[in-house]
Amino acid sequence: MPLNEIVIIDYGVGNLLSVKRGLEHCGAKVLVTSKPEEILNAAKVILPGVGAFKKAMKALDNLGLVKVIQEVANRKINLLGICLGMQLLLDESDEFGLTKGLGLIPGRVVAIPTKNDDGMINKIPHIGWSKLINSEGISYWNEGILKTLGRSDSSYFIHSYMALTNNNKYTIAYCLYGSKKIPAVIQRDRIIGCQFHPEKSGEVGLKILRDFCES
Amino acid sequence: MTNLSSELVNNLRLIARLDIKGENLIKSIQLEGLRVIGPPNEYALKYYLQGADELIYMDCVASLYGRNHLSDIISTATKNIFVPITVGGGIRSVDDAFKILRAGADKVAINTAAVANPQLIEDISRQFGSQCMVLSVEAKKINDNKWEVYTDNGREKTGMDVVDWVKKGIDLGAGEILLTSVDKEGTRKGFDTSLIKSVSEQSMVPVIASGGMGSPDDILEAVNEGGASAVAMADILHYGRSDIKEIRDTAKKAGFGVREYAIE
Repeated sequence: MPLNEIVIIDYGVGNLLSVKRGLEHCGAKVLVTSKPEEILNAAKVILPGVGAFKKAMKALDNLGLVKVIQEVANRKINLLGICLGMQLLLDESDEFGLTKGLGLIPGRVVAIPTKNDDGMINKIPHIGWSKLINSEGISYWNEGILKTLGRSDSSYFIHSYMALTNNNKYTIAYCLYGSKKIPAVIQRDRIIGCQFHPEKSGEVGLKILRDFCES
Repeated sequence: MTNLSSELVNNLRLIARLDIKGENLIKSIQLEGLRVIGPPNEYALKYYLQGADELIYMDCVASLYGRNHLSDIISTATKNIFVPITVGGGIRSVDDAFKILRAGADKVAINTAAVANPQLIEDISRQFGSQCMVLSVEAKKINDNKWEVYTDNGREKTGMDVVDWVKKGIDLGAGEILLTSVDKEGTRKGFDTSLIKSVSEQSMVPVIASGGMGSPDDILEAVNEGGASAVAMADILHYGRSDIKEIRDTAKKAGFGVREYAIE
């Protein structure tokens, strides 16, 4: 398998075609698969996903992929989780009852609060383009998948739950919804998660995918 | 429900809506009298490059024939369009939704089949997530405070009250409401602001206002007074009376937060 091959894990959820098309647009060779040996041989791995946490974990489990993804992390293969795929990287989620996640980045998934501190109401899901804001004291911005982004670049979010890491150092960028800070990009070593959809974020998203391909 | 966060306005989405019949982009007036505009994906790409935040494709005769022809169009579109795509028209089952999502759509918009079988809303949101399930509502005015739900692209009345139906749809798992005013659609007379307001006040999920945009300034009322989270635009774009850049500039001037977008 050529080194530039990127594997998208197919576990029956998510708009895989768009992720594939986005990566191909960036010049990557892409394989969509659920086969453990192909996933473990990838140069880089993408874990996509939309929908409910519990259902997604069950689907991964049924395909025997929970251990495989954990092994991807052990082998230091670059791993990018998108949207629900990002949330799955954490320890657990509150969505439809407590469910264990992949446990690759310490933290938990909780519902976006419907009320701001000032009592104003946020419509849920959070749908739309939000500016990515660099977390204070985090340097990843300059070297990671966000390195070519401009300061006012926005990306497309659509979600009702958010991924709260246990340690601020894992949340490298956030966005604001109402007065609430929502983690937008989380990272621990070679494991990265984007709450937004880079494959649906126009040229900004394509830049992020390109930087992931070249990372 | 009042006290909507002012930040909501900071997420205002500008959506290009493409009504499709067969292989053509068409435009109607009050959902009738279809006129052919041209090849849908040429227009879709143009709007993407202008900075449309999302696209909606609506197969407007699909309910009549019981099928949706958009899979091929969508599959081609997603080769060079990288913003969210919602597809509606003739989606009657979880399997129909699955097929259109596999073709590259991100969300499905459902009206007629959801009215006939509300359980479908729950089934689709359970299967693919609420964020994927857009309840499409065609509303026709009865009096100043009351609107009736129509189906089959504004052809059939249902006797249902729009606000009641929206509330039920949200309870069943709809993650977004595409609200089309049958009276205003294609008229260029501005949005039905009181319709948008009545629905959006009762809706915890985002409401997309659709139908009637005559000039860029029309979005001000739809958002400020109506409380829309997004606006869907068709006629105004198809006939080149304005473009997304001008509309975005109008929104910015009004103090709405919109996506920063520079045409390259």
